[in-house]
Amino acid sequence: MTAQLDINVLLDDLETGLRRVLEERGVDSPVIVGIRTGGVWLADTLSKRLGLEGPFGELDISFYRDDFSRIGLNPTVKPSSLPFDTEGRDIILIDDVIMSGRTIRAAMNEIFDYGRPASIILATLIDLGARELPIQPDVAGRTLALAENQRVKLRGPDPLRIELQETA
Amino acid sequence: MTANDPSPNHLQLTRDGQLRHFLTLDGLERGLLTDILDTADSFIEVGERTIKKVPLLRGRTVVNLFFESSTRTRSTFELAAKRLSADVLNLDISTSATSKGESLSDTLLNLEAMASDMFVVRHSQSGAPHFIAESVTPGVAIINAGDGRHAHPTQAMLDMLTIRQHKGGFGGLKVAIVGDVLHSRVARSQIRALNELGAEEVRIIAPGTLLPRDVESLGCTVEYDMARGMKDLDVVIMLRLQKERMEGALLPSEREFYRLYGLNQEKLALAHPECIVMHPGPINRGVEIESAVADGPQSVILNQVTNGIAIRMAVMSMAMGGQVAERQQKQSERGTA
Amino acid sequence: MSGTDQIRGASLKLMGGRVLDGNGIDAENTALLIENGRIKAMGAAAESADAEEVIRVDGCVIAPGFVDLCCNLREPGNGQKGNIESETRAAAHGGFTTVCASPETSPVNDSGAVTHLIRDGAASRSPIRVLPVGAVTRGLEGDLLSDMSGLARAGCVAVGNGSRAIKNARILRRCMAYAHTFGLTVMLSPENQALAADGYAHDGLVTSRLGLLGIPEVAETTAVMEMLLLAEETGVRLHLSQLSCARSVEMIADARKRGIAVTADVAMHQLVFTEDAIAGFDSRFHVRPPLRSETDRLALLAGVRDGVIDAIVSQHQPHDTAAKQAPFGATEPGLSSIESVLSLGLELVNRGELQLRQLIRALTAGPSSVIGQDGALKEGAVADLCVFDPEAHWTPGPETLVSAGQHAPMVDRALPGVVRMTLLEGAKAWASNLG
Repeated sequence: MTAQLDINVLLDDLETGLRRVLEERGVDSPVIVGIRTGGVWLADTLSKRLGLEGPFGELDISFYRDDFSRIGLNPTVKPSSLPFDTEGRDIILIDDVIMSGRTIRAAMNEIFDYGRPASIILATLIDLGARELPIQPDVAGRTLALAENQRVKLRGPDPLRIELQETA
Repeated sequence: MTANDPSPNHLQLTRDGQLRHFLTLDGLERGLLTDILDTADSFIEVGERTIKKVPLLRGRTVVNLFFESSTRTRSTFELAAKRLSADVLNLDISTSATSKGESLSDTLLNLEAMASDMFVVRHSQSGAPHFIAESVTPGVAIINAGDGRHAHPTQAMLDMLTIRQHKGGFGGLKVAIVGDVLHSRVARSQIRALNELGAEEVRIIAPGTLLPRDVESLGCTVEYDMARGMKDLDVVIMLRLQKERMEGALLPSEREFYRLYGLNQEKLALAHPECIVMHPGPINRGVEIESAVADGPQSVILNQVTNGIAIRMAVMSMAMGGQVAERQQKQSERGTA
Repeated sequence: MSGTDQIRGASLKLMGGRVLDGNGIDAENTALLIENGRIKAMGAAAESADAEEVIRVDGCVIAPGFVDLCCNLREPGNGQKGNIESETRAAAHGGFTTVCASPETSPVNDSGAVTHLIRDGAASRSPIRVLPVGAVTRGLEGDLLSDMSGLARAGCVAVGNGSRAIKNARILRRCMAYAHTFGLTVMLSPENQALAADGYAHDGLVTSRLGLLGIPEVAETTAVMEMLLLAEETGVRLHLSQLSCARSVEMIADARKRGIAVTADVAMHQLVFTEDAIAGFDSRFHVRPPLRSETDRLALLAGVRDGVIDAIVSQHQPHDTAAKQAPFGATEPGLSSIESVLSLGLELVNRGELQLRQLIRALTAGPSSVIGQDGALKEGAVADLCVFDPEAHWTPGPETLVSAGQHAPMVDRALPGVVRMTLLEGAKAWASNLG
């Protein structure tokens, strides 16, 4: 069975949360970086919603994954693209789902190879808990606790929608 | 009765079709060659960062095993391995200093004792990397950095990357390889890659003494006359000519070779106006190519050097990845058995 | 000769076999009686006779013992690659009762003393007959005549060049003229050294793709032509060994038509494999002359079928493991083949490429005639026999191969043809379980 969560409600919540964090921290010109693939769609959408000028960044974390020694190299790796100087900038790092936290660790390592940012704000559309590393999002559109047979997936890019799948 | 599978894929691919050694382009299909080019594109981006290093091969040891010395090739492999965070050991072993066969087996035994994860092999004997891949402990990846006259697959793939960057793809391309194909491992790998990637025509331009027997069977046409051969070309690849070819009656003189098969502006003008000029280097100016062409707007010779590091990073990380994935799979099979 | 468990003078009767030789004898379900080392009777007379030992060999072929014109026993030598004892036992396992020992030993068999050394070694340690071939030039260096008459007196059946080249046509011509003086057969492996150069594989599709160094056909064919013309002029009896090219077969057929006394042989592996065998750099198939194209293979087979090629040889070249453990071009040439000759031949028979009687002829009567022997099955003949089961299978491998060389042409695959018994002068040189 496949259920749908209302994407627009989640995006509204994510945007509101982000605006609040930016204001609290006094960040006025952040750059946004999405983790491929879902995070890139979100970076595009939120970049527009937040009225940010300039391009957003795309990260492919394949070269930084900690499971290379188990599964080898992702055969569909694409170049990362951070078309701006990250040195001293405030970065909004965004992904569709956070679970173990391993993807975020890899993404932060990669960001630091481009230079030293002033700060990173982590935003995710959905937080599924089940963390394995001490990494927490600053903003999450929704926190969900999934049953063992449930999977959640962001589909896109146009239109964006969330699929909640149940396997038998 | 054929005793052997002519394609070495049983050696260089895992059961799932992932690369685990990189010995030759023979038998590798277009999809995999494209994956190598795509992965290399990602590594080119890495090379543009402040920190040009990724952690893929962290904690692994790569041994550059060069039985034939080549500072240039060894350096690009070394840099590639270091950018993948591997530890690198360079061993230059001159074949003339040792008795061939036994020393190779003995050398391997010693190196395996050092727990190496990858051997980058250059050897004057065709097939030496195959021999090493067959005799090495499972889990160690072998990368061919040039063997005899057989293959130089990383060089050919970096040339393919250069062509793709300039031409967008391979469909409809007319490519010529000019010069000493007989002794060239690079040419053999290039012909194979161009055919598999879908080039329209691969043309060899050389005198009869520098052609292998039945060269057309490799997938190319032959043209003795360079002026005719230059017609409509999109890419012209000049091969290096070794001085010793004048001995043994293969060529009369460098001067005559340059007059007949050297690339100058006049001859280049006969090709397509956007024809690019390539050379695997190091260049003999005035023997294979005129300086005005080598340094001219159609030359992409310097690009080739940058691409070399990215291709080697791609191949090394893919082969190491294949090895680790295979080991993991075998372990889990043993676990469930 | 030792290694036998049969006392000469005793009688042995083989029952129920198919008696087949290369001279037209072919009788199913026939008895053969051996007495005092000779064939006493065949057929009905043998059937009814009494014998001290009677062995049923139903389903087996009883053929003359095989004769190999080209075999390397590696003795004298350093022993790493094999010795007279190990390699003659391997030959007996392969059904051979006579092998011609190549002069390419260390030291080279270029003097009566070395010939005696080989014959003495064989007398004490070989279960089969060993006939040395002497070197045609001193040290096989290709430039000085060997002491041919001394070699002949010491027991060499012919003189040859092993796998080495003779420096030039002038020396070759003198070798032939001198050998002719003593009525010696000259066994030459034709290769033009300058054209072969540094090559080690057939110059063709596979070498072009793999970048291996090629030996063109003309390296053989120009040498064949030169040797035929020189033999015609000197009148020597010429035997061309180990052919590999289609054109060579044609030229020999033409020369015979002109009445030149020339015979020829081919190694079994040349009839079975082609250049494709080295497509994966498999150094086992590094042989010399190299494995060539399918066209060449078919022409060589045709040559055996119609008798232009008199003999199939093993060209047995046992090696230690290290000799084959290197990149292709750095390995030593040769297969450990003598135990697989019959089986590979039977595969050709099963595929319809050769008839069984043609195979037997090329392993018995054909090579026998080259060295002036008979090789027919008849009453009174010396009882050198090979009894094999063409339907039974065996798998070459470390468990089954007797030779010191483990690089057999086929390993880990079942092959047809199991030698049940090899008899030399009626005595068992090899016997396997008949069960």
